[in-house]
Amino acid sequence: MDPLLLRGMTTPRTRRNVLKLGGLSAAALALAACGVQGQKQAAPKPDAVKDFWAKQKKNGKVVFANWPEYMPEDQAPLKAFSQASGISYEYKEVIQENAEFFGKSRPVLAAGQSLGYDIVVMTNGVQLQHMIELGYAVPLDHAQLPNFAANAGDKYKQRAYDPGNQYTVPYTSGITGIAYNTDHVKEAPTSIQALFDPKYKGRVGMHSDAQEIGNFGMFAIGVDPEKSTEADWRKAGELLKKQREDGIVRKYYEQNYIDAVSKGDVWLTMGWSGDVFQRQLAGEPVGFVVPQEGGTIWTDNMLIPKGAANPVDALMLMDYLYQPAAAAQLEEYIQYISPVPAVKDILTQKLGTAEGEDKEGLQAMVDSPLIFPTDADYAKLRAYRSLTTAEEQVYNGIFQAITQA
Amino acid sequence: MRSRLTPYLLALPSWIWLGAFLVVPLAAMASVSTQSGNVIDGFVQTFSFGNYADAISQYSPQLLRSLWYGGAATLAMVLIGYPVAYWIAFRGGNRKATYLFLLLLPFFVSFVLRTISWNFMLSGDGILLGPLKDWGLLPSDFQITATAFAVISGLTYNWLPFMILPIYVSLERVDPRVMEAAHDLYASRTTVFRKIVLPLSLPGVFAGVLMTFVPAVADPINAAVLGGTNNTMIGNIISTLYLTNANYPAAAALSFSLMAVLLVGIFVYARALGTENVLEAAAR
Repeated sequence: MDPLLLRGMTTPRTRRNVLKLGGLSAAALALAACGVQGQKQAAPKPDAVKDFWAKQKKNGKVVFANWPEYMPEDQAPLKAFSQASGISYEYKEVIQENAEFFGKSRPVLAAGQSLGYDIVVMTNGVQLQHMIELGYAVPLDHAQLPNFAANAGDKYKQRAYDPGNQYTVPYTSGITGIAYNTDHVKEAPTSIQALFDPKYKGRVGMHSDAQEIGNFGMFAIGVDPEKSTEADWRKAGELLKKQREDGIVRKYYEQNYIDAVSKGDVWLTMGWSGDVFQRQLAGEPVGFVVPQEGGTIWTDNMLIPKGAANPVDALMLMDYLYQPAAAAQLEEYIQYISPVPAVKDILTQKLGTAEGEDKEGLQAMVDSPLIFPTDADYAKLRAYRSLTTAEEQVYNGIFQAITQA
Repeated sequence: MRSRLTPYLLALPSWIWLGAFLVVPLAAMASVSTQSGNVIDGFVQTFSFGNYADAISQYSPQLLRSLWYGGAATLAMVLIGYPVAYWIAFRGGNRKATYLFLLLLPFFVSFVLRTISWNFMLSGDGILLGPLKDWGLLPSDFQITATAFAVISGLTYNWLPFMILPIYVSLERVDPRVMEAAHDLYASRTTVFRKIVLPLSLPGVFAGVLMTFVPAVADPINAAVLGGTNNTMIGNIISTLYLTNANYPAAAALSFSLMAVLLVGIFVYARALGTENVLEAAAR
């Protein structure tokens, strides 16, 4: 609070001064009234895409913007790529959250400027959908992605959020299921109803993200989120509201649920597969299940933002990361789910020659259903539902009223 | 002529700065707050003042809660901060500078990190409560985090120095001779404090309240880190509306509503304490 402003407001003012002030504000308002432009784009024609790529050349450098802990610290896969291709790289860990990243990038892209990144990684969800709808993602040239075609698992090719991988290719995936503290919950829960069980009153964690929590509410009422209707959302909302009002939920978490569950602050919580696996390796008392009613699978995707300076180099790097050896290097560090199934064979081979701690870690990875989900798990997994902007407002209204009461 | 213009020219950069980075953004936000649309199709100016009614009716619980948390934290800060400032000002001797430095020392660590470390310390099975529970001194379901108490405590802790410093400055300025004169006239220590020291330090309290109440009410961090399922504050709502939902009009309308409520509140408070002196002190 500016004391001068306050003083100004407490001293009597002549009418003329008031008018002057009013005039000033009116001028500023007129300046600002143009608002935020709408820029919805139709899908580009295949010819235009072809023309675009025909004009692009390899520039010998690439800038990769990614999330923290998504690349081994020695950056070995990138170094190997650089040696093999002669392309120098810059690697930046600048993305912490989809909404925030989109919020910061949108004005830049809307102004027709470049973000300065050639590859960015975003989770399938509302913001990625916005990027595509607004024409902020460059359509990919699959003629230049042979490794992707040959090595990516089928489950990672046909995804509803980007049919035919027109704009994105997966970087890594993860499962949202139930993480539980094995000291406090002796028997692994099998049903999602455990999260609603009054016996765990005050010991349950839920995610605060509207899509994540909405999905779990829908699993609990026996609805597949991908095929859900507004009536289902409201019904799921009622159940989640009751769960909160009965005091079962201790907290709605953005990211930090994993410490809470490993310390025993909460005993059961919605959780992500890779987080739990890493804690298990560290010997912490955390378990993970995909409930029988269903869990969600999400994917972090690489895409080329509009205005990227080096699109060809970006495609080359994307494709390189689909070589099984490179994908295995990434997987050993990231410990989520690789889109390249052949990674399992490579890690198994490596296991034969590894020793000591390395061997234990590799063995745990190869054996873990968190890294290589079983077919039974895959059968239970569902994807996020796409939402139109009108639906999104209703959806957010229902579920944010629960997480932000 | 030149000499008369000089002060204005010197002040010009500040005016341009304020104009470009305060007035224009505020006006733009005021405009956005009455627009309608969505991020895909764009937002258009429709002068829909209904945005305000919608935002306030939908989020009034959080708005009221924020005022109550901010108010409680501010009161706690006065109660804790005044004695500290008094002690440093009158009993600090020649170590005053050291004490003031110690007061500011926590600020060398980021705000968010300090709050998270509180969470770490106070969590159910954390380093403080864990052992107490193991020894049977506390029931096993006792908790501090995820309560209103935790959020208010966090707010109090995070802004306490901004309350202490202005009070300290005003106490420092109290002329010891005035107090001595009161003693000579047979005033008891309580009377001296009540009639001399307290009134003279009120401008400091006022400035402290201004500097702490406003940010405390609007803060999203403490509620997010230390709060539970029923402790969401208005700052959290605004940031979700703006960043997650890209619902700029609602976020802007809510921000302006909050600003209006705070301005009115402070206005009333200023009148109650007597503006003249107080504002001068705050401006110093």
